[in-house]
Amino acid sequence: MKPIKNIIAALVLMASFTSCNQNKEGEKSGAMASSAAEKVYVSPGEHDEYYAFLSGGYSGNITVYGLPSGRMLKEIPVFSQFPTNGYGYSEETKDMLKTSFGMVPWGDAHHPDISQTNGELDGRWIFINENNTPRIARISLETFETEEIIEIPHSAGNHSSSYVTENTEYVVAGTRFSVPYPQKDMPINEMKGNFKGPLTFIAVDDKGHMEIDFQLDMPGFNYDLSHPGRGDSHGWFFFTTYNTEEAHTMQEVNASQNDKDFIAAVNWKKISEYVENGGGQKMEAEYVHNVFDHSTQTTVSTTKNEVLRVDPRQVPGAVFFMPTPKSPHGCDVDPSGEYIIGNGKLSSDLTVHSFSKMLKAIENKEFDGEAYGIPILSFESTLAGIVKNAGLGPLHTEFDDKGNAYTTFFISSEAVKWKLGTWEVLDREPSYYSVGHLMIPGGNSRKPEGKYMITLNKITKDRYLPTGPELEHSAQLFDISGDKMELLLDFPTHGEPHYAAAIKADKIKENSKKIYRLDENKHKYAALNESETKMVRDGNEVHVSMTTVRSHFAPDNLEGIHVGDKVYFHVTNLEQDFDVPHGFSVIGANTSELLIMPGQTKTITWEPKKPGIWPFYCTDFCSALHQEMQGYIRVSPKGSNTPMKWGLDDEYKS
Amino acid sequence: MKLIVKIGLTLTLVFSFMACGNSEKDEKENISLDDYSSETQEKETEVISTPDKAGDDLSNKGIGPVKSLDFPEGIDSEMANQGAVIFKNMCSACHKMDKKFVGPALVGVTQRRSPEWIMNMILNPEEMIKKDPIAKRLMVESNMAIMADQGLKEDEARSIVEYFRQYDAEN
Repeated sequence: MKPIKNIIAALVLMASFTSCNQNKEGEKSGAMASSAAEKVYVSPGEHDEYYAFLSGGYSGNITVYGLPSGRMLKEIPVFSQFPTNGYGYSEETKDMLKTSFGMVPWGDAHHPDISQTNGELDGRWIFINENNTPRIARISLETFETEEIIEIPHSAGNHSSSYVTENTEYVVAGTRFSVPYPQKDMPINEMKGNFKGPLTFIAVDDKGHMEIDFQLDMPGFNYDLSHPGRGDSHGWFFFTTYNTEEAHTMQEVNASQNDKDFIAAVNWKKISEYVENGGGQKMEAEYVHNVFDHSTQTTVSTTKNEVLRVDPRQVPGAVFFMPTPKSPHGCDVDPSGEYIIGNGKLSSDLTVHSFSKMLKAIENKEFDGEAYGIPILSFESTLAGIVKNAGLGPLHTEFDDKGNAYTTFFISSEAVKWKLGTWEVLDREPSYYSVGHLMIPGGNSRKPEGKYMITLNKITKDRYLPTGPELEHSAQLFDISGDKMELLLDFPTHGEPHYAAAIKADKIKENSKKIYRLDENKHKYAALNESETKMVRDGNEVHVSMTTVRSHFAPDNLEGIHVGDKVYFHVTNLEQDFDVPHGFSVIGANTSELLIMPGQTKTITWEPKKPGIWPFYCTDFCSALHQEMQGYIRVSPKGSNTPMKWGLDDEYKS
Repeated sequence: MKLIVKIGLTLTLVFSFMACGNSEKDEKENISLDDYSSETQEKETEVISTPDKAGDDLSNKGIGPVKSLDFPEGIDSEMANQGAVIFKNMCSACHKMDKKFVGPALVGVTQRRSPEWIMNMILNPEEMIKKDPIAKRLMVESNMAIMADQGLKEDEARSIVEYFRQYDAEN
């Protein structure tokens, strides 16, 4: 039977190959024109049209994908140690993870947001927040490396973050788990009225450097998500809240008692002016600010002790609450800046507020009471419309460039397209399974690009080959250029992506750095050529300044190291060509490897435990002679007097 | 039985290539066949066996941005000193002047090679080691260690060459 089967298979193959010339003709016109495969196929060697930056959730990192192919291009370490290249392990980068709680080697990365100029993505940096130990990071889109991390004091659960204003004047942080402000020891069940939810506004300068400008002392609700105003509403920021009940336990039930919670509308321009004119009170704080300096290639960590607190009641007209039904989650602002969408996650409807109506309501004082002294606008006064029965459990909304909005519904597991202004549902597509965030390139800006949408699903189940109980999450790419959304592609993501941001590749790729220039390397221990390589002993610390080039280390023989020493290997990669990293690892090192880019210097430490001859080697397959790229270290017993001696090719220095 | 299956598959493959093939593809396939069977291998053997023949002379200008370069009479010692510094930082990990290291010893290089060849070897090594007969031979002699592109500008390469001239004049 077998041969017959094979012959049949062969015939089938024949038929398919012989018809391939005809296909070429047919591709242009027939049914093939709309094939999903064709739309996501990027030929070998060709580049994708978009960079997409997906938060890695509990991986603490960002992953970079190409769209439409869904190919993963890179993982950028941000809040978590990354042994692949030594981030968070190397002497130069470990302080990036320093906080007021000490070194925190892991983070929960949430919402990436690309910097903007005039309300459009400008491709300079991407910001991302850490939810667990509140922090915000800034990643350079020239180097795709984390350059700065600032801790947010007095916050807990920094979730409504890290969205930027229209000209990247501010990046914001919030407080999802209200806490005593400042922290103090007190009974948990006395939460109500005593906990607070500070919102932090971090100013960003033209080099990208972050500095906390002020902290808004808000009532102790849970500030869940946020988005900036744009266009006419530029100068405002909107935050959803839940648990306005201020329940301290069993929130699953107790935080869902009120029919409506609030969207807080914050006029940050007004508060910014107030602060500039000396408003606000300084209060004690303890937080750490880490900046990676590309010239010294070292992290500078500064501990700060003060923050400016602003009582919103002291700034008239600065903060208002807009009642929004059913514990709203996503807080999204349309490209014009007129509509603020509250995604009531326990509802089937979406509530849309109007910015212009809000201004009128404020002017006419259409208030419906107040919460802790902050005016509550009447629900009807700001309401633009309701998207009725759109699905179950709305979470997030993004926009295209044709006046449409797209909302994810977690419970009914679908993406729903609806019309701004008429509030009618136009289309719905299932997303597999239990979709959380969605992303349209530029979807949080004045200029969204309505070509692709990705949905980020919380549950994967049977979408891929099973890989045991633990599965990667699944993203889905849709074509949204037509009337109907069309599912094109599934691709796995790393960690749990909470939100993503994407930008046209052209806006970034020309600026993408290829090497670090050796003549700009100001690292304290760099050996910038082989004649500068050395070993320097300082007590039991030994600093080795070492170089790499295809395909040897200098020095590659080292003697005079003793058990009990702490050896610092400062390794400089002398290469100046694109994509020629070298690696460094040594047997028994209680840390990660180093992966050193051309022109860079990186350092790991090694504390040899046993006398002997111990090898080290290059971990990156750098050349045909990579396997030869290795060296030996002689470790003598503690207290012995083997002199220091190092060299290459039997030419020694000592 | 197995044999029949294999024959069947072979025929299939033959048919499939025939069916899809057009003249362009055929040409490409021929080229790649040539590359492997005759050109590369033969040339390399030839080069290795008779090292002095394959363009190993001062008329070879190499491949790259520098098409013509005439040395002036004297040596610009300031330029040579700059070149010595760049050489130390960018080249000395693999090249010594007076002994073979990873790459060849450089003493006498300005007498062995044309000015253009040296410049192009510094500025365009990736293409040189693929196509230039001398560079190809040198890579084989250097145990397949490639000549690294250190991203130098033309004036930087020129100052290195001036350093070589000075060295050769003095040694």
